[in-house]
Amino acid sequence: MIGADACPVLTVPLRDERDIAAARSAVSRELDKRGARALRKVRFVTAVSEIVRNAVDHGGGGEMSVFVKERPLEIWVRCTDTGPGIADIDEALQDGFSTARSMGKGLGGAKRLVDSFEITSRVGGGTTVEISAAL
Amino acid sequence: MSITSLEEVLKILREDFDDILQQWLETQREEGIRRPDLFSDSESYRQAKNLLTAFASGMTSASQEGRPNLDDPSWADLRAVLEEITHERVERGVSAGEMATFVLALKTPLFMRLRNNLKDSPDALVSEISRLSRMIDAFAMRTNEVFIEEREQIIQRQRDEMMELSTPVVQLWERILTIPLIGTLDSVRAQEVMENLLNSIVEHRAEVVIVDITGVRVVDTQVAQHLLRTAAAVRLMGAESIISGISPKIAQTMVELGVDVGEITTRPTIRAALALAMNRVGFEIRANKESARD
Repeated sequence: MIGADACPVLTVPLRDERDIAAARSAVSRELDKRGARALRKVRFVTAVSEIVRNAVDHGGGGEMSVFVKERPLEIWVRCTDTGPGIADIDEALQDGFSTARSMGKGLGGAKRLVDSFEITSRVGGGTTVEISAAL
Repeated sequence: MSITSLEEVLKILREDFDDILQQWLETQREEGIRRPDLFSDSESYRQAKNLLTAFASGMTSASQEGRPNLDDPSWADLRAVLEEITHERVERGVSAGEMATFVLALKTPLFMRLRNNLKDSPDALVSEISRLSRMIDAFAMRTNEVFIEEREQIIQRQRDEMMELSTPVVQLWERILTIPLIGTLDSVRAQEVMENLLNSIVEHRAEVVIVDITGVRVVDTQVAQHLLRTAAAVRLMGAESIISGISPKIAQTMVELGVDVGEITTRPTIRAALALAMNRVGFEIRANKESARD
């Protein structure tokens, strides 16, 4: 969970494909600002790309917020949508599971790319994903 | 008379329309937003007159209750005129601030007239002024919204133009094509890339296609899937595709995502991809003996 010691940095609305690119560059800029190493950045931004794409494609849009924690320096991203929710989260995290005709590796892949990954979802109540990485 | 009605304002607009119009234009001049450099007197007059006419007719029919709501059907005329004038003025270089001031300048003549007409009933005066003020403010805010919408359209247009620019298929050698991808590869772009590429394969009788992703910063599962589908379509056309420009960072990330590129040929650089492609079509790149440096 993003604790009270995390400082909110920015929020990007997620409505369409363009916002996915905007969310990616916003996170990328924040990581650059804090001197993240290149590989760290590519991994984290790729994970962000996966979760915000899910919010847009399957969650009907929502928003992404970026938080920063000091000591130790960590970046946190929370992505929420107001979509139909995920009935079986364990199943959704398995590679190859897809409700659309996609690879089905997005969520599980994103989880492997970050230091912490937390997903909460309620059928009919939308989905929230929180990810973080140490810098 | 209800305390919230704008009867006095309506009366003023009915009886002194031309005076108000003249004074409005006068106020615009005084505030330095008349812009005679951009608009002739007759144009300014026509714009102000159309706006004031639409304003007066909208006020007559609109509900006076609650917050002024410009989305109400009774304001349809006003909205249309406002959009048209904002468009005209913005196109000639008027700023958003000037456009709002242009509208807000209407307060001065109306307030002055109200003060004269209602000097014996301060309650009615305050009520009319506050309601009128909110209405004109809503009106000025709308011009700002129109302004922003226009800007967004420009941004969208530029984006579309950029997208067309960024998927050129280039012939490198006989039967060798390359398509350098830059930025993001969303579904729309991926579709364009695919179409351009497949048509060019037919046109140039290409046998090898180099898809260079040096300029793509993030390869997530969707981008990977688009790349794999493109490669599969290229293969169906009887050509071979080489994906080049996969950086070590992206390679590691793709492995962790669980993306399997299968049998698609990949090369780290476009240079290595070109050497391979030349080889495939029966050429080789060799240093010239005389000028070769060791």
